[in-house]
Amino acid sequence: MKRFAYFVKKEYLHILRDWRTMLILLGMPIVEIILFGFAISTEIRGINLVVVSPMQSENIRQITNKIDANEYFHVIGSTPSVEKAQALIKKGDADIILRFPADFERSITQGNLASQIIVDASNPNIALSQQMYLQGIVSSYFSQKTNNLSAKPNIQVNSHMMYNPRMESSYNFVPGILGLIMIIICAMMTSISIVREKETGTMELLLTSPIRAWNIIAAKMIPYFTLSCINLIAILLLSRFVLDVPMAGSLFWILTISIIYILLSLALGLLISTLVKTQMVAMLCSAMLLMLPILLLSGMLFPIESAPKLFQWISCTVPARWYIDAMRKLMIEGVSIKYVLKEMTILICMTGGLITLSLYNFKNRL
Amino acid sequence: MTPNTTTDNKVISVKNLTKRFGSFVAVDHISFDVAKGEIFGFLGANGAGKSTAMRILCGLSLPSEGIGTVAGYDIWKQTEGIKRSIGYMSQKFSLYEDLTVRENIRLFAGIYGIKTKAIAPKTRALLEELDFLSNADTLVSRLPLGWKQKLAFSVAIFHLPQIVFLDEPTGGVDPVTRRKFWEMIYSASDKGITVFVTTHYMDEAEYCDRVSIMVDGRIEALNTPKELKKQFSSQSMEQVFHSLARKAQRI
Repeated sequence: MKRFAYFVKKEYLHILRDWRTMLILLGMPIVEIILFGFAISTEIRGINLVVVSPMQSENIRQITNKIDANEYFHVIGSTPSVEKAQALIKKGDADIILRFPADFERSITQGNLASQIIVDASNPNIALSQQMYLQGIVSSYFSQKTNNLSAKPNIQVNSHMMYNPRMESSYNFVPGILGLIMIIICAMMTSISIVREKETGTMELLLTSPIRAWNIIAAKMIPYFTLSCINLIAILLLSRFVLDVPMAGSLFWILTISIIYILLSLALGLLISTLVKTQMVAMLCSAMLLMLPILLLSGMLFPIESAPKLFQWISCTVPARWYIDAMRKLMIEGVSIKYVLKEMTILICMTGGLITLSLYNFKNRL
Repeated sequence: MTPNTTTDNKVISVKNLTKRFGSFVAVDHISFDVAKGEIFGFLGANGAGKSTAMRILCGLSLPSEGIGTVAGYDIWKQTEGIKRSIGYMSQKFSLYEDLTVRENIRLFAGIYGIKTKAIAPKTRALLEELDFLSNADTLVSRLPLGWKQKLAFSVAIFHLPQIVFLDEPTGGVDPVTRRKFWEMIYSASDKGITVFVTTHYMDEAEYCDRVSIMVDGRIEALNTPKELKKQFSSQSMEQVFHSLARKAQRI
């Protein structure tokens, strides 16, 4: 036990001596949270809109005001010519055009409403959202009008955004960032730290000493486990008090499932370290094999449901997917643990499997 | 787990030691004894099976066949005992570069189970002996290579092991430093520590009490340097080694 204590101390010294790396590890989650929370947003704000109308009328003025009052839109001007408006889009001054036909007023009295939306679709996702926002505003105005004009039954869609009424994108990102950071710190740093000892030859020294193999591994994991826990707490505090992400569910289960995920990442790191020989390869493996699937297949950035079937199956093997799912349910939806049992069981099984596999490999390959 | 009482003073004794990897025979029925306090040179070209044999003796892997004891412990069943009784230093310089001299000594002293109270005075004594006390808190990465190697050796014998295994310990250092290093080896041997050393430098082979030369997994020659030179009617160990290594089939 004393041996083990000496060894753990040494691992802490390694991390503390390399204070630049430590700062990056501790600072990265904070920077990412702030970046994703404030700078990067899937909402589209500040859309510049140009109105094209051959003449002025009360209806057009009202619609324009309504749009301008909306927090997403900013009406930059009005012009009778479509060409001029398109030139504004080309220059990048405008994002979207709302065009009214010449006979707009007459058609409105007939209850026959027409207008055209022209949007810069060089980024189709953004264009689609912009178009939908605008269409929403315009048609709500029209439906008010037509309701006043005739006695036609009026169907109004009243959407209710559950769990995230303000559609804050940070709700979505916080669990994703947690999933990503843990993998980077635990898997990448652990594997690099073990492989470094292979590279420098100190691993041989340790293996010929009376210290047992699992002690070497456990001692390596403890400091990174500590670091991850610090990060976990920092991220949770930041998201709760700076980004106002709710902690709807039980904090106990949020922490429990996060710790399971940390252990899983550590086991992944160990597995990588038993398979590769150099720190460089260890880093590439962690980056390519772990980070990319997390970014693309975990549902962090893109919904898995819209991916092709094949990728949906692959995504089932990405641990982060289950973790992020579970965290979303616990943090944002605030459901009780019994709705997360499936994710938790999968994560526990994956952790068990990875630890067994990597211990087996560690014993046989060194 | 107590060491079996060994007859006479053999600290290493192996018979028909064999290691196979699939159909490849890395070590092919080798047998030899090493006496207490002896400096035993373990020579062979790259790929002759030296490292594989040494890994078995250090308790890192099990043989496929054969019997043997190291420091009185069985190489099949008592690898933990072996590990407690040996020191090891490899060709790669192997102390932690980001730890200080003192921290490195403390770590390995701790790993080898030296009592916490005894570590500090013993460290002091060692550093005084090396005339290195002023650098006790220097990071190892800042030391010149010669010093690192001296230090690595001192750490390897800090817990007074019965045997110290040196795997090409002097690779990459100048002749003067190498000479000084061998003085340390002699002084360790005077203290009764058996030295088991592999090397590529044939002048170093001359410093050994006895030398074995491995070719293709077998020990082709084993004797004192003097006798070997007589046996192969050569002027130097260099010639002895070449006349044997030339027979090698595998590269």
